[in-house]
Amino acid sequence: MLRAAPALMVILLVIPVLLGLAAVVLPAFGYLPVLGLTDPGLAVWRELLEVPGIGHSVALSLAAGVITPLLALLLVMLFLAAVSGTRWARIMRQLVAPLLAVPHAAAAFGLAFLIAPSGLALRLISPELSGWQRPPDLLILNDPLGLSMMAGLVLKEIPFLLLMALAVLPQLHADQRVAMARTLGYRPVYAWLWAVAPALYPLLRLPLFAVIAFASATVDVALILGPSLPPPLSVRIVGWFADPDLTTRMLASAAALLQLTVTLSAIAIWLIAERLLTPLLRQLSLRGIRRRGQATINFIGRSTLIVTLGTLMLSLMVLCLQAFAGPWRFPDNLPTAWTIQHWQSVGSVLSTPLGNTLLLGLTSVLFTVALVLAALEYESRRGLAPQRLLWAIYIPLLVPQVAFLYGLTLLLEQLRWQPGLLVVGFSHCLFVLPYVYLTLADPYRRLDPRWQQLAAALGASPMRVWWRIKLPLLLAPIATACAVGFAVSIGQYLATLLTGAGRVSTLTTEAVALASGGTRGPIAVWALMQTILPMLGFALALALPRIIWRHRQAMRGSLT
Amino acid sequence: MTGMTLRLQDIEITLKGQRLLQINAQIEPGATLTVMGPSGAGKSSLLAYIAGFLAPEFQAQGEIWLGERCLNGLPPEQRKVGLLFQDPLLFPHLSVAQNLTFALPADVPDRSARVELALENVGLAGFAERDPATLSGGQKARVSLQRLLLSNPHAVLLDEPFSRLDSHLRQEVRQHVFQTLRDASLPAILVTHDAEDARAADGTVIELG
Repeated sequence: MLRAAPALMVILLVIPVLLGLAAVVLPAFGYLPVLGLTDPGLAVWRELLEVPGIGHSVALSLAAGVITPLLALLLVMLFLAAVSGTRWARIMRQLVAPLLAVPHAAAAFGLAFLIAPSGLALRLISPELSGWQRPPDLLILNDPLGLSMMAGLVLKEIPFLLLMALAVLPQLHADQRVAMARTLGYRPVYAWLWAVAPALYPLLRLPLFAVIAFASATVDVALILGPSLPPPLSVRIVGWFADPDLTTRMLASAAALLQLTVTLSAIAIWLIAERLLTPLLRQLSLRGIRRRGQATINFIGRSTLIVTLGTLMLSLMVLCLQAFAGPWRFPDNLPTAWTIQHWQSVGSVLSTPLGNTLLLGLTSVLFTVALVLAALEYESRRGLAPQRLLWAIYIPLLVPQVAFLYGLTLLLEQLRWQPGLLVVGFSHCLFVLPYVYLTLADPYRRLDPRWQQLAAALGASPMRVWWRIKLPLLLAPIATACAVGFAVSIGQYLATLLTGAGRVSTLTTEAVALASGGTRGPIAVWALMQTILPMLGFALALALPRIIWRHRQAMRGSLT
Repeated sequence: MTGMTLRLQDIEITLKGQRLLQINAQIEPGATLTVMGPSGAGKSSLLAYIAGFLAPEFQAQGEIWLGERCLNGLPPEQRKVGLLFQDPLLFPHLSVAQNLTFALPADVPDRSARVELALENVGLAGFAERDPATLSGGQKARVSLQRLLLSNPHAVLLDEPFSRLDSHLRQEVRQHVFQTLRDASLPAILVTHDAEDARAADGTVIELG
C-alpha cells in the first residue's frame, strides 16, 4: 500500500492539471462537437482579441503577476535582514502562522473596509486632519490600475513567503553565517543580506513562482479589490464560463490558454530579470559594505514590517467592528450602536455553507495527510532522494487555477459527473496536498534516523516503528500540516465555484458572492466565519500536542 | 545462559571506490571487540553494516555470522543485534515502563512483571511511570541498557556509548555496561575514541585508519 502512495500522489496532482489544460485546447481552436462545431480555425482567437479592453485585462494580470511577487520578496528579505538576531524575529515568527491562516477573501474584505473612502483609515483622520465631513470621492477600491488589488495580494503573500523562508533558514545555518560575517566586521543587516539572502533566494524560487501564478490569475481578491472596467483576465474567464450562451465557452477556452500564456510570461520576465540582476547583486555584495546606511535599512525594514503585518491585523479588526456595527456615520471612528443583527441574518442561512466547508476541509485533510505520510514513509524506507517529487507537488500551484479548472469542469461535464461535494472535495485535495506535503516533508526527513534504527534493533517491524515511534514523535508537525491543509481548503474559492457548478456553497463562496453590492455587516460576518475556522484549526494544532504530551517534557514545544 | 559467537568474515566496506576498512574477527560470548580509529575511518559504518542500516552510498561485502545464523540480507528487526548509541535515546513520548515494554518480544508473558523486575535490577524500582526526561544521566543510561536486554539480543553494538557522559559518571556507567554484557554472555563490538573504554572492555583491540 505504501508503494502505491507516491505514484497515487503524482497522478492526483498532475493528471487533472494536464487533462484540464488539454480539454480547453480543442474548443479554443474552434472544435466543439457538442455544439456541432467541427471546423477548426483561429476564429475564436480573432474574436478574443477583439473583445473590448482585452489588452487592458491582460496587462493587469501580467502586472499583478510580476509586481506582487517582487514587492512581497523585497519586503520579506528586508524584514528578515532587519530583524535578524533580535527579539523581533521571535514576534514575527509567532505572527506568521495565524496570519497565514486568514483566507485571501477575508483579508481582501478587511483591507477593503480599511482603505475604502468611507473606511476606517480615513475615518480615523477625519475630520480632524483631512477636514472631510463626508467620504471623499476617491477611487481607492477597485482602482483601474489594480493598485489596491496588488496591495491585498502582497499583504497576503508576505506571510506565505515568510513561512517558507523561516522553514528553510535552519538548514542554511543562517545564524552561523550571520555570526561569521559579523566577526568579519559586517553589521547584522549586511551580514544577513550578503551571507544569507543569496543562499535563501534559490530556495524561495518555487514558492515565488506559486505567488506569480496566484497573483496573475486571482479571482476572489480581484472581485473584491480589483478593477471592474475592465477586470483582470481571470475574472473575465469566469464570467464567460458562467455565460448561458454555450458558444461563449469557446471564447473562455481560448482565454484560459491566454491566461496560461500570461502566467508563463510573468515567470519568464521574472527569470530574465533574475538573470540580469544576479551578477549586479553579486558585485554589490563583494564591495565590502559593512555599515553604511545600516541604520536606515533597519528602520525601513522594521517600520514596513509593522505597517504590513499591522495592516493585516487591522483589517481583521475592522471585520470584527463591521460585524457588530449598527449605524455608523462617516467621520465617526466607531459605530453609534452595536448590534448582533448581522449575525442573526447570516445565522439563519449558515448551516449548509458551514457544514459543506467543514466536510470538505476535514475529508480533504484526512485524505491528503494520510497520502503524504504514506509517501514520505515509503521514501524514508527506500532511502529515496528527497527532491524527486517536488516538481509534481508544485504543478497545481504553478499552473493558473482558472486555466485548468475550467477545462476540468468541461471534461467532468462531458463525462456526466454530477457536480457535487465529491468532485469539489477532489478538487480541494489538488490544492491542499501540496501545502500539506511542503509542511510535513521537512520535519519528516529531519527526524533523527537513530530512533527508527534503535526501534528496529529492539525487534520492532517497520510498521510498528512507524505507528508506535515515528508518527507519535511527529505528532506536532502532523497537527500543523492538518491545520495548514484545513486553512487551504477553506480558502478555496474558484475550485469550489467551478467544479461545484455554483451549486456547492461554502463560507468562501458565500462571502465572495457578496463582494459586489453586498452590505458590509453580513460580509464581515461571513469573512469572520471564514477566518475563525482556520484559526481554530491552528489553535487546536498547537494545543493538541501540548495536551497529549503534558507529562513528557522532551515532547513539548519541540518539533523533534 | 550460553551465549553465541559473533563472527565477521572478510568484511570490507568501501565508499565511492575507496576502501574504508577490512576486518576479520571472532567475538566469543561475553567478550568485547574494541574498534578504535579517527573519525571517517568507517567505525560507525561497520556497526551500521552489522545492524543492517548501512546507507546505500556504501558498498560492503563479507559475511556476518551470529551463532549458526548468517545475518546478511536479514532486515534489522530480525537480526537480534542490540544497539547502544552515544545518547540513551529513551523514546521521549513513552514512559520509562513503556520504553521497556516496547522492547519485549510479543511472545513474552507477564510483561509488566518483567519490566518491573528489570527496573528493580538496576535500582530503579518505582520509576515505571516516570517521564524519561526527568531521569538523571546515569539513570537514563541504565534504563537504556535494560531496554536493550529485554529485547533479548544475541549480540550488542556500542557506538561510543560513554562519550557524552560526565567523567565521574562515565566510570560508573562503563563498569555497569561491561559487567552486564559479561553476565549475559553477549558478544559485543565497541567503537570508541577513548583508550580508557578499550581498557575497561578488556578484549581484543583493532586500530583502523
